[in-house]
Formats: sequence, structure tokens, C-alpha cells
Amino acid sequence: MSKIHVTTTINGDESEFLCTPGETLLDALRNRLGLTGSKEGCGSGDCGACTVVMDGQMVCSCLVLAAEAQGTTIDTVEGVAEGSELHPVQQKFLERGALQCGFCTPGFIVASKALLDHNPDPSETEIRYWLAGNLCRCTGYDKIVRAVQDAAAELRQERTPA
Amino acid sequence: MNAPESKRAFRYVGTRPVRPDGVEKVTGKAIYGPDYQAANMLHGAILRSPHAHARVRSIDTKKAEALTGVKAVVTGADFPTTEHIIMAVGESSSDLVHLSRNCMAQDKVLYDGHAVAAVAATSDEIAREALDLIEVDYEVLPHVLGIEEALADDAPVLHDDVFTKGVNPTPDKPSNAAMRVEMGKGDPEKAMADADVTVSGRYTCEAVHQGYIEPHACVSAWDSDGQVRIWASSQGHFAVRSLTAKILLISEADIRVTPLEIGGGFGGKTTIYLEPVATLLSKKSGRPVRLAMSRAEVFRASGPAPGAVIDITMGANKDGMITAVDMEFKYHAGAYPAITAHSGASSALSHYTIENSRVIGWEVLCNRPGTKAYRAPGAPQSIYAVECALDEIAEKLGMDKIEIRLKNAARPGDPNIMGIPQGEIGYVECLEAARDHPHWSAPLGPNQGRGIAGGAWGNYGGPSTAQVSIAEDGTVLVTTGSPDIGGSRAAMAMMAAETLQVPYEKVRVAIADTSSIGYSMVTGGSRTTFATGLAVTNASNEIIENLKGRAANIWEVNASEVAWGEEGAVCLAEGKTDETMSLAALAARTTFMVGAIGAESSVNPGGFLPGVGVHICDTEVDPETGHAKVVRYTAIQDVGQPIHPDYVEGQMQGGAVQGIGWALNEAYLYNDKGCLDNPGFLDYRMPVASDVPMIDTVMVEKFNPGHPYGIKGVGEVPIVPPLGAVACSVSEAAGVRMRDLPLTPDRVHEAMHPDD
Repeated sequence: MSKIHVTTTINGDESEFLCTPGETLLDALRNRLGLTGSKEGCGSGDCGACTVVMDGQMVCSCLVLAAEAQGTTIDTVEGVAEGSELHPVQQKFLERGALQCGFCTPGFIVASKALLDHNPDPSETEIRYWLAGNLCRCTGYDKIVRAVQDAAAELRQERTPA
Repeated sequence: MNAPESKRAFRYVGTRPVRPDGVEKVTGKAIYGPDYQAANMLHGAILRSPHAHARVRSIDTKKAEALTGVKAVVTGADFPTTEHIIMAVGESSSDLVHLSRNCMAQDKVLYDGHAVAAVAATSDEIAREALDLIEVDYEVLPHVLGIEEALADDAPVLHDDVFTKGVNPTPDKPSNAAMRVEMGKGDPEKAMADADVTVSGRYTCEAVHQGYIEPHACVSAWDSDGQVRIWASSQGHFAVRSLTAKILLISEADIRVTPLEIGGGFGGKTTIYLEPVATLLSKKSGRPVRLAMSRAEVFRASGPAPGAVIDITMGANKDGMITAVDMEFKYHAGAYPAITAHSGASSALSHYTIENSRVIGWEVLCNRPGTKAYRAPGAPQSIYAVECALDEIAEKLGMDKIEIRLKNAARPGDPNIMGIPQGEIGYVECLEAARDHPHWSAPLGPNQGRGIAGGAWGNYGGPSTAQVSIAEDGTVLVTTGSPDIGGSRAAMAMMAAETLQVPYEKVRVAIADTSSIGYSMVTGGSRTTFATGLAVTNASNEIIENLKGRAANIWEVNASEVAWGEEGAVCLAEGKTDETMSLAALAARTTFMVGAIGAESSVNPGGFLPGVGVHICDTEVDPETGHAKVVRYTAIQDVGQPIHPDYVEGQMQGGAVQGIGWALNEAYLYNDKGCLDNPGFLDYRMPVASDVPMIDTVMVEKFNPGHPYGIKGVGEVPIVPPLGAVACSVSEAAGVRMRDLPLTPDRVHEAMHPDD
């Protein structure tokens, strides 16, 4: 089967790969680029463990064809921290114990960061509905929602000049 | 509202530090089951039965084998013949032959999704293409899915060699009734006849999946000398080793299983599905082989918790004392015999003192995947019926629902249904905490109802091994054989830090492969923090004794004249009381002077205590649609001494929400052919963030005297009370008693509007 050549920007770096026509972006990220932080929980867009941001839009990478990534900019969980400095969302997930097994965590981190990029002061209800596309079976969501609230507060403080 | 931090004089135990494996998990670096790759690895895929029940007449794999890129094909014929021996599987047990045939069908397929053949190829696409080329000739047989249907005289019988266990004499005709258990005491018939008030009802709940987000996955590599390496995510890699070894007739020392990070299990990953298949594919191809399930495969072919039909009659005197319980429940076993009915029966009444009781449980075979452990296996179903019946009694008597529970609550020293006295359980304290919680007295809004339910689970100890060693700079390495499924590395590090009196950050925790540490039972049964934590504590204490001896040698005093504290070794000998030697200074002598500092502890502790909890649930029902939404929820639990309270609360919150899903949404939908119509997260609806409120927690800290840090298992109890709490809450909100779970909008609507 002939392969498609794709050039894209991933976490700020120019990146290229070959993929089959039916291959998902998630499979290309995981199997061709070694970016296994994005997880496959369902392969049908229902669990959000594979969430990435593509040209500023949050997507389930299992529902995007790898070939569609041509010319786009993609941010994955591997790009959320700046070098070795954790993003406040990541730091608050740790401080709040907002993960147990951690398998859904990359998707939640990407989705939560996308929420706060878009809405710096979300209500609890807004957080819950924004994250309704991400399944977590371990935590019951309580500590996740609190971690996002904490991260939002910290980011607002950072943005406010002293 | 959380209980205040521990008031005991602990430095680390009871605090909330960041877990040692946290950063790799929030940055996407942690390697889970489906992430692992071996060099030169092949990709496997499994062909699964499209029929619920069929005889496999023949399998033709020639075309698949001829496809370019296919390196191996395996069917049931490649599995060695094994004997009918009972193997421990997590907290449960299974017949080895059934375990083997569940990995790959031999003569019959017993459920939609049962594995019949597997392929390994150079790519995933080729492997899947090859599956389409395998020709299986099935003789489709009648199937049966429901509990009552499976017990009917004319029901299709799944196994011709299963004769009801627990019935005397053993029947001479095979049937789907795999097992019967009966427990009880006193004279329930007489007590029921004498009761001032009785209630009776039939309660049902559906089979539900554990719903871990990580599908099963493994890589296996068989070498020509017969040694096998397996990388897998599971709740117990020693179980993966022993089950794979027994099924494939390999010695256990020849299998080395490396635990990968595990993406949830809840009991469902205490067994094996893929590892023997991947190992046979690797043996045939000579290359490492990966097998990974899709979500549909997880739903179709991995273990649910049993659904249940429960008939209960409860009698009480007019003061609210429960005088008699007579209950009979029937659980789905699925395709193979299970023993969940046993724990269902022993748990059912364990949190109450009831003089006269009879509890009968059945395991019923049907054409669904074999049931597996799911958090307190067997307890949520039977206790759901008990708590709802108690609710009905309270209503009949006009009694407060906490008062009636307090009146009947089991207290330390009270005998359980098997006559064994209860240990230091805190059910009364939990009920009092519920009564005192602002939730219990808060006003309800329109169309809202409040439910309360208790629950218990026996918990477990079990074998664990831990090693503790001191690096040359005095930092501490803890190694266990217990996979970390929800933060247990943090708890291990905290107990080592507390015992050795070193800073938490100086302790790092690793989970070793099966060839690198002694046997440890699965992470399950609420046992890891308790039992593996005891092994870590024991090994740490042994190190302290060793270090005291080293310091004594240096100071030329007796070891009994050396104490251990935050500063390290402290000399107590007369004239030398100024002498101290830090752990770092003692460790620095490792290289040249006195050798390595380390200790190993293997334990199989008793001293574990049951967990008990009480949940309060408010729901609001939309009278137009019948949709019930949880609007407030409080989980109260006797947790003993919490080591890391965040992860204790996390167990309570996660278990509560799983229970809410069981009560409101989750169910398998089988079509008339016996095939699963909802093998995905869209139609198998687990709770999402917008479905639930914050889950308030109250940790009742009743120290376990049988453990150095007072630990009680906490992981399983939280799924026990929600079924009753939610059902009673919806019943109150809807104004009609709801006895069949899940409480889907159509059911609730129909109950509210019976004349529509």
C-alpha cells in the first residue's frame, strides 16, 4: 500500500511521517512518532484519552486521519510542560491527587489547558461540561475539577500584574 | 467537608505529598500496557466468535497463513491439554481448563466475542486482514442470557461437565446452576412469623463492566531455549506468570513478567486473557508479539461483575430491631463457573447484628463473558437488596433511617454470619458521622429525594514481598511486587520514611519484575497498602536494627545501647551520649567497609479488618422525562489510619461514582442473537464529569490495632453503598419504590406514570 507523506508542526517542532490512507492521527503520533502520551481508550471519540489540540481546536486524535495533519499545528500532552517546567494544570493535578491510574490524565491535562486558554475563570459547571468528553473511571472527577479550579486561580494570578 | 488531618504523632503518615510517579504521569511519559514496544515486534490480532453459543466444527487457517507478512496463526488446537485444577485468580479462583478455554475456545464458543484464533503479522493491518481469511465452521446452538431463563428446565446447558456444587447430593444432570451457597443462623422462619412488621421484594441489577480506560495489552517474547519474557499491565504480574505457566505447561522460573503501568483494573485485571495467546504466537514466529484489545473487545470478551436477581424478606419488631432476614439471590456467572455468590452471601448482612437469617446464593451460567472481580465482588448486589429492605422497614415503622441502622449495627465483638467476632469496625461511628453531617439535615428541593445506605466488605491481607535498601548516599530504595494502580508508591514511600525517620523525598519506589522480587499477590482485595505496606515497614525496621549494629561496632558498644531517630544512630552508652551517626554517614561506609545495607520482608498477614461505609445521596427526578440526576453526594467510611488521605478520598469518590453509574446508567444490551449491541463508551454510558456533583468525603479514622500504621483496606467498600443509596433516593424523589437497576429515564418515567 502506498503511503502518504505528511509534514506538520508538533509541539513547536517541524515533523514529518509516512502514513497509510486509513491511519488515524493517534496511531501516527503513537506508532510513527513515539508520542505515546496520547492514549487509546476507545478509538471512537468517546473517552478523550487521545485529546490533542490541532490548529487551536481540541480534537480526539483517534477521529482525525493522520493525512489530515498535513500543514497543521498540533499540540500533545508531551508539549504542555515548558521544558522541565510543569504547566500549572499539571502541577495542580499532582498537588490535588487528581489522578489515580493516570491513563486518562494526558487527555484531561490537554483538555483542561485548552479550557483555561479559552476561559480563564470557568465555573464548576463549565469545567464539568468542558471535560464531559473525557472519561475517568478512577477519581469520580471531584479532584480533577478542583485541580482545574486551582490551576485557573493560579493562572489568573500570574496574569494579573502585582 | 473533610475530617481534619491525622492527630496522631506521625510525621508523614496522614499527610498529602506529591506521589513519586506523578510527574511522568502528568507529562505523558509513563509507559502503560499498550505503549510498550519490543525490538522486531510483530502485531497480533484475535478472531472472535460472532455467535453467543456455537460448536466449532473446524477452523481453516491456510489462507491466513499464506498471506504475505503473516508469521504465525494460533487456534485452540495449539493449547496444551491441561488438568482440572483450581487456580487462585485474585481474590477468587477458577478451573485451569476454563481459564485456558477462555483465552482461546476449543470445541465450543460460549459468548459473543469468545476468542477462536489469533494471528501475528508484520503490521496491525496485515494481522487484521488475515483474520478475515480464517474460515470457521460453526454449528450455532441455542443461547441463554438471563438468570431465570438459564435456570429453566429446557435452557441450553453451557457445560456438560458442570454439576451444581454445594447441593447434597450432587445432581447427576449437568445444569447452568454452577454453585449454591447457604449461610445463616437462628430460626428465620419462626422469627419472621413472630415479627411485628415484614417487607418482601424482588430486587434486580444488571451486569456491569469495570470500565478501566486502558484496554488489555501485552508483549510476549519466547526464546528457543524455552524462556519467556512478558511485558503487561495487570493488577498482579505474579498471577500473569503463574496462570500463563500453568496454561502453557512452562516452569514459572522460565517466565519473567515485567509490570507496565496499569490504566485501571478494579478487579478486572487480576486474570489473563492475552498473555498465553501472545506467547504461543511468539513461539511459532520466533519474534516478540504484541496483543492489544480494542474497546469493543474489552466489552465483548472481558469480565463484567455479575447481574443479580435478589428476593428478600425482612422482619422487625416495632422498635426497629431486625429480627429475621430470608434472602435468596442469583448471580450471573457468565460463561464459566465463578464463586462470587460466596462473598455475596458472607457480606450481605455483615454490618448488622441479626439473630435469625438465611442467605442463599446461586451462580448461574449463561452465554456472556465469564464474570470477574469488580471492587468488593458480590457485595454491592446483595447489600443493595438488604439496604433497600431496611429502608422499607423504616418507612413502615416511621423510623429515622439512621436510627434504625444504629439500632441494628454490628459493633466490635459482635459475631458475623459465620459466627466469627467482628474486629474494630467503625460502622456505628460512620452512621453517627452521617447523622451529624449537614447533608443529612439539609432541606430538599422540589422533585428531590434523599437516600442513605450502608455497606461492608471483608478486605484481605495476602502474601507480599518488599525490599528496602539504602543507597551509598543514604537515600532509600523501596522495591515491591505490587503494581501501583492508584498511588500506592506514595503510601509505600511514606511508610518507609516514617519508619526510617528520613524525609519522604529521600525515598524512591520501584515495582520489580517477577524474577527480581519474591511472590506478591495481586493489587486487589484492598490489600496492597495494608499487606505490602507491612512488608515495607518490617524491612525498614530490619534495616534500623542493622544500622544500629553498625553504629555499635563503630562506637564499640552493644547494639542495645544504640537508638534510632531522625538524626540517625544515637549512642545511649554512658560517656558516649554525644555520639550520633547519620544514615548518610553510615551508608557512606557501604562501598569500602561493611557492605550493602538492605532487607527483605515477605508477609502473609492476618490482622486485616472489614471496611464499612455509609453514603448519602440526593437525586432530582424530572417528572416529564424520568431522568434522575445526582445533585448531592456524601461518602463516609471507616478508613482506619489513612496513609495518604488524597488517595483514600480518591478511592471513596471513584467507587461512589462507579456505583452511581451501576445504579443509574450502565447495562449491557444484548440483541436476540445474543450479541452485544453496545460494546463502546457511547452506548455503554459511564458517568462523565457533568453527570455528577462533587463527592464529599468523611474519613472516620478508627485505627486498626493489627497493623503498625493502623491501616484498613479502603478500595472496595465505596462501591457497596451507592446502589442502595441511589435507589432509595430516586424512589423518594419519584414517589414510588424502584427495585430494578439501572434507573434509566424510561423506567423511572413508567413507574411515575403507570397509566400513560
